[in-house]
Amino acid sequence: MTDTTVIQAAERELKTRISFTVAVKNSFTLAYRAWLKMLHNPESFMEMTILPVMLTLLFTFLFGGAVSGSTADYLPVIIPGVLVMCCAMGCSTAGTLLREDMNKGITKRLTSMPIARISPVAGMLMIEIIRYTVIGVVVFSLGFALGYRPEAGIVGVMGCIGLMVIAAWCLSWVFALMSVSVKSISTAQTIGMVIMFPMAFLSNALVPVETMPGWLQWVVDINPLSHVVTAMRELLSTGAMGSEFLVALAGSLVILAVFAPMTVMAYKRRA
Amino acid sequence: MSDCVLAVETNGLVKTFGNNRAVDGVSLSIPAGTICGVLGPNGAGKTTIINMLATLLTPDAGSAKIFGYDVQKDTQKVRQLIGLTGQFASIDEELTARENLVIFSRLLGFSKAESKRKSHDLLEEFGLTEAADRKLSEFSGGMRRRLDLAASLISRPPLIFLDEPTTGLDPRTRAQMWQTIRQLVKNGSTVLLTTQYLDEADQLADNIIVIDKGRVVANDTPDGLKRSISSASLRLVIRDPENTGRAVEVIEHVLGERVQITETSELAAPMKHAYKLTEVLIALRDAEIELSTIDVRQPTLDDVFFALTGNARENAGGN
Repeated sequence: MTDTTVIQAAERELKTRISFTVAVKNSFTLAYRAWLKMLHNPESFMEMTILPVMLTLLFTFLFGGAVSGSTADYLPVIIPGVLVMCCAMGCSTAGTLLREDMNKGITKRLTSMPIARISPVAGMLMIEIIRYTVIGVVVFSLGFALGYRPEAGIVGVMGCIGLMVIAAWCLSWVFALMSVSVKSISTAQTIGMVIMFPMAFLSNALVPVETMPGWLQWVVDINPLSHVVTAMRELLSTGAMGSEFLVALAGSLVILAVFAPMTVMAYKRRA
Repeated sequence: MSDCVLAVETNGLVKTFGNNRAVDGVSLSIPAGTICGVLGPNGAGKTTIINMLATLLTPDAGSAKIFGYDVQKDTQKVRQLIGLTGQFASIDEELTARENLVIFSRLLGFSKAESKRKSHDLLEEFGLTEAADRKLSEFSGGMRRRLDLAASLISRPPLIFLDEPTTGLDPRTRAQMWQTIRQLVKNGSTVLLTTQYLDEADQLADNIIVIDKGRVVANDTPDGLKRSISSASLRLVIRDPENTGRAVEVIEHVLGERVQITETSELAAPMKHAYKLTEVLIALRDAEIELSTIDVRQPTLDDVFFALTGNARENAGGN
């Protein structure tokens, strides 16, 4: 307890602006905080492990025979599908956590501190990358155990997880914006489900598009998740980054470019 | 030199939410090294004032300076000079006390080792060492407030905002908090604290600003405020409630002042001259009205507050 004396205003070196380096450091510190929260909270691990395992097993054995003739033939369809579904469902997590901070007054403290304005949002979202990567590893490991051997090998798998992480991360900014704009956590969660559920199912994630009626095919085709799924299947079977890959990547980046600034602005306004 | 430094200086500060002028032209100045108590009922605008001074809200009109730095223009500098402890403990419930402090230290730019040391020292200083590695959800209300305050002190800021620091605390914990606040000033901080409790402002503050409906209605030392209500007040309780009406007549006749009936059915009347007490008692005896208690009180801040804001007491008085 040596330094209890206050450093008076006149004796301080006050900085006028926050440098880029400090902003990055602040974001990493807050990402570390989100990481600790995840470690302290076993539910978030269940969301990252049990849910993907459950969905993979469920869909493979329930629909495999009906959709593709056998469970083994269904694996190339369902593995990327389940991956997209799980990541999509996890997209609202960061937003919910941000909302929680705002409701609990932590945002107020952070706002009153000399830190970069983008850091609380950026830190929270940085940790999402880990979440999606874990989901990817879990789903592919299980697929491997079930006998799935993608033609493109490990490179395809890694590319696939990479694309998924980028796409899901960009998408999670949409939910972050939504969460900071509504009042309560439960509202944020409900809206998240209402958007994510149809998006996950009305895509080519679980069943081939050809089996659907024409109008539904049209809906599925404008669903951005379908493009991600198609790109992933391409990557896994041929190892090539085709046109769908570019569409998925470009779409994700557009979402990021639009929603990231909007989220940070909304967060600043609402704090 | 340091005697004339103003920690806070505001001029005609205004904040409007819709049709509600939450803060309506507040001007105040707080000299460095003092405790300023902002006193007012719920919804008077206390938190809104703090939020503007702590750069959380932008004022709609007027200006505010912290140690000479404008809160709107030099926002970044202001943030390096303040510590904010809000009305609700603004710390992370899912983390441990130590983790919370380390993260806030890191955000303030301290190295890993420094952050650890600072957290350790603060935990010790606030008597939280034992609970340092427990999750906050297991903390009592008082422990949370202490940790919250500790988190505001990491950078040893010269100005500390405490928004209702003892609301909801039990008397013992409140007394501890008061000591901590006094210690802060001894260490050289300036403290701006809001409170709904008159005794808290009386106990702690060098200067009290009474606000009501977003306006400053008084700004004085605790003693000065008490003096501003010139007279003492006579309080008595009538044994037989049926006699209350007659008693009021008798007292009003003797003192020439209006008698009010408080929530606890005490009769209260201002008493400018203490010697009139005898006359009141004789008159009551002559009227054969028995009393159960009698008491002459120096004005409390309660009286001051009600006199200034005109709330509550009149309503309870009836007639």
